[in-house]
Amino acid sequence: MDFDLAAEQPKLLQLLIGVAAFLVVVAAVLLLVDRVPMRRRAWPHATILLAPALLLLGVGLVAPAVRTTLLSFMSGDGRRWAGLDNYVWMFTRPEALTVLRNTVVWVLLVPPLVTSVGLVYAVLVDRTRFEALARSLLFLPMAISFVGAGVVWRFVYAYRAEGQEQIGLLNQLVVSVGGQPRQWLQEPPLNTLFLVAVMVWIQAGFATVVLSAAIKGIPGEIVEAARLDGASPRQLFFRVTLPSIRSAVAVVLVTQSIGTLKLFDVVRTMTGGQFDTGVIANEMYDQAFRYGETGRGAALAVLLFVLVTPVVVYQVRGRAR
Amino acid sequence: MSLLSRPERLVLAAGVAGLALAATACGSARTGSSTGEGGASAGCAAFAGYGRHEGGTVSVYSPIRDVEADLLERAWKPFAECTGMRIDYEGTGEFEAQIQVRVDGGNPPDLAFFPQPGLLARFAEAGVLKPASAEVKRLAAEGWSPDWARYATVDGVLYGAPLGASVKSLVWYSPKMFRERGWAVPRTWDELMKLSETIAATGLKPWCAGIESGDATGWPATDWVEDVLLREVGPQGYDDWVSHRLPFNDPKVVAAVDKVGAILRNERFVNGGYGPVRSIASTAFQEGGIPITQGRCALHRQASFYANFWPEGTQVAEDGDVFAFYLPGDDPSKRPVLGAGEFVAAFSDRPEVEALRAYLASADFPEARMRLGPYVSARRGVDPSNAHNPVDRLSIEMLQDPDTVFRFDGSDQMPASVGAGAFWKAMTDWINGKDTRTVLDRVNASWPTS
Repeated sequence: MDFDLAAEQPKLLQLLIGVAAFLVVVAAVLLLVDRVPMRRRAWPHATILLAPALLLLGVGLVAPAVRTTLLSFMSGDGRRWAGLDNYVWMFTRPEALTVLRNTVVWVLLVPPLVTSVGLVYAVLVDRTRFEALARSLLFLPMAISFVGAGVVWRFVYAYRAEGQEQIGLLNQLVVSVGGQPRQWLQEPPLNTLFLVAVMVWIQAGFATVVLSAAIKGIPGEIVEAARLDGASPRQLFFRVTLPSIRSAVAVVLVTQSIGTLKLFDVVRTMTGGQFDTGVIANEMYDQAFRYGETGRGAALAVLLFVLVTPVVVYQVRGRAR
Repeated sequence: MSLLSRPERLVLAAGVAGLALAATACGSARTGSSTGEGGASAGCAAFAGYGRHEGGTVSVYSPIRDVEADLLERAWKPFAECTGMRIDYEGTGEFEAQIQVRVDGGNPPDLAFFPQPGLLARFAEAGVLKPASAEVKRLAAEGWSPDWARYATVDGVLYGAPLGASVKSLVWYSPKMFRERGWAVPRTWDELMKLSETIAATGLKPWCAGIESGDATGWPATDWVEDVLLREVGPQGYDDWVSHRLPFNDPKVVAAVDKVGAILRNERFVNGGYGPVRSIASTAFQEGGIPITQGRCALHRQASFYANFWPEGTQVAEDGDVFAFYLPGDDPSKRPVLGAGEFVAAFSDRPEVEALRAYLASADFPEARMRLGPYVSARRGVDPSNAHNPVDRLSIEMLQDPDTVFRFDGSDQMPASVGAGAFWKAMTDWINGKDTRTVLDRVNASWPTS
C-alpha cells in the first residue's frame, strides 16, 4: 500500500476547504456576536452562539431520527406506506422474536454480571499490595476493540473433531479432563451465554476502575467507626461500602445497559447472528443493509431507541438531582 | 462593549484568507496520473479502438479478492497502460452490504461486479445504474447466450454484460484414490448414493463440506439444494421456484432438500476430516474439500472455481490428484448445468468508464485473464483449449455447448432478503439440526409481499 500524495490531492483539497469553511463560520458568528449590543440578559448572544450547534443537532440527529421513524412505517424499498406491518413482523415472526428474546437475555445478564464481577474484584484488591497490577490486568481487555475480542474468543471456542489436535482453549480443557469437544457457538440457547461471557470479560475492568475509585472515596472515619462498633466484613460491605458507592454502581449499571442494548460487534464477529444468537442491532443492520428491507431495519432501530430512552432519562434525571 | 478587539479581528480575517489561499494553491499544483504514461508501444495496437483516456480514473468495486483480484488487475493492466487510464480496484468481503452503503452515501463506484442478478436489479429499479451502451449491447449479443443476457436485463433494458462464470454442478474427487480403491465415477444419483455407501463401508466418511463464509455463511448449502432441485423439477419448475410461483415450502422443494439431507445430514456420510454433520456450518467453504488431498474424504460438491483453493502443488487433472465429475441426477440423459458469474454494472458513464466496460465485455479480456490463471468465461469466442486447467476447460465446454440447459444460481436472483438472507440462514440452521419443514416455512414467509 503506497500513499500517493498526488492521488489523494482531491481529498486533501476538500479537507482544506472544510477547515476554511469552519473558520469562516466561526468568524461570522463571532463578528455577529460582536455587533449585537450586550445587555444584562444576553439572549441575543446566546441564540447566535447556540445556533450552529442546534442546526447541526437538527441535521445530524433530529432529522435522521424523524426519517427513520417514518421509514419504519414504510415498505422495504421505502416507496409506499406499510402501516404497522414492520412492527407486526417484529413481534410475530419466530426469527424476529428470537432476536428480541436474545436482547432481553443480554440486558438482564450483562449489567448485573459486569457490576458484580467488577465490585467483588474491586473490594478484593482494595488496599492489597498488588492492587495497581491486579487492576490493570482486569482493565487490559478494555483496550481491545470489541471486534478484536470477538476474534480472540472465537479461537477460544474453536472446535476440531474428536481425536484431532484441539486449537480452542475451552475444548482443549474439556478434552484434557476426558470430555468430548463441543461446538460451543452452535448450540442454542447456550451459545448466547458464551457470547455474554465475552462482553463481561471486556467490560468488567471498566466497572472495577469506577467502583474502586468510589470505594477509595469513602471517608476512612466511617469505616473505622463501623469497625469499632464491631461490624463483620459482610456487614461492612452491605451496610457501609455498598450504600456509600450507590451512585457509582448506578452509573456502571446504566452505561452497561445502554452499551448492551446497542451491542453489535461481538455478535457480528463471532456468529454473525447465526444459530439463534442475533440481537436487535445486528438484525437491524442485516435487514436494512444486507437484505434491503429498510422498513424492518428502521422499525428495529425505533425499538432500540424506545428501549434506550428510559435508561437515558433516568441517567439525566439522576445527574440533575 | 465588543467581544473582540480590533487587532484580533484582523488576525482572524488574515487567518481565514491564508487558509483559503493555501487551498487554492494546492488545487492548482495538480500533477499527472501516476500510471498510463507507457502508451504507444507495439502491444497497444489491440487497444487502439478504445481511445486515449489520459488522467481518467475508473473505480471498480467488487466481491473478488486476494489472488483472484491480483490476477484481474494484471489482466487489464496492458489495457490501462495503453489507454492511459488508471483503474482503482477495490475488492471486499462484504460487497452485498457495502455497495448499498456506498450508493446511499452518495459515493458509488464507477463500475461494480455484481455476483447477484437480484441485487443488480434492485439498483436498476432504483434508477442509479447506467443502461448498457450500444457497444456493450452489441458485444453482449455477440458473446452471450440469451439465457445469460436475460439475467442482467431489467424491464427490457440491459444493464451489464457478464464477466466471469463458474459451473456449480461439479463433484470434486481424487482420481488417484478412485483408481487405487477401484471406485467408478457415478452416472446417476442412485449410483452416487451406492458409491457413498461403498465408501462409508470402508470406514471413510465419503463426503466433506464447509459452508462458513462470514456474512454469507450458508451459500454452499443453498447451491446443493438448487442443483438437486433443478434436476428434480426441471428448468421450468426451477424458474417458477426462483420467482416464487412455486412456494418455498412446496412438497417438491421439501423433497429436494431432504434428498440433499440424505448426504449432508447423514452422520455416516459427512463430514470427512472435520467431524460430525454440525461441523459443516463452522468449516470455511475454502477448506471444505481439502480433506480429499489428505485421504480423509472422497467427494466434495463445489463449483469450478474451487480449483483455486487446492493446496499448492495439487495436480488438477483427469488422472491427477483431484478432478471433478458432473453431479448426476436420476435421469442420465438430462444434464442441466447450474452456474453463476458476475455482471459488470456502471454507476457513471464517463468515456473512460464506457471504454473499460466495453473492454471487459469483449472476448479479449477473458482470454487475457485465462492466460494468467484458473478462469472460466461463458463468452462465445473464448477458446477452451487456452483454459488453465482441465476442469476449467470442461466448464467452458459445458457453458459454450448450445445444447446445455443453463440456469443461474437461484439464490442470487431472489430478493436479497431471501436469497442473501433467509435462505442462507435457513440452510445453516438446517445443517445445525432444525428440521426441513420448519426452515422452509420460514424462508417462504420471509418472501417480500410487494
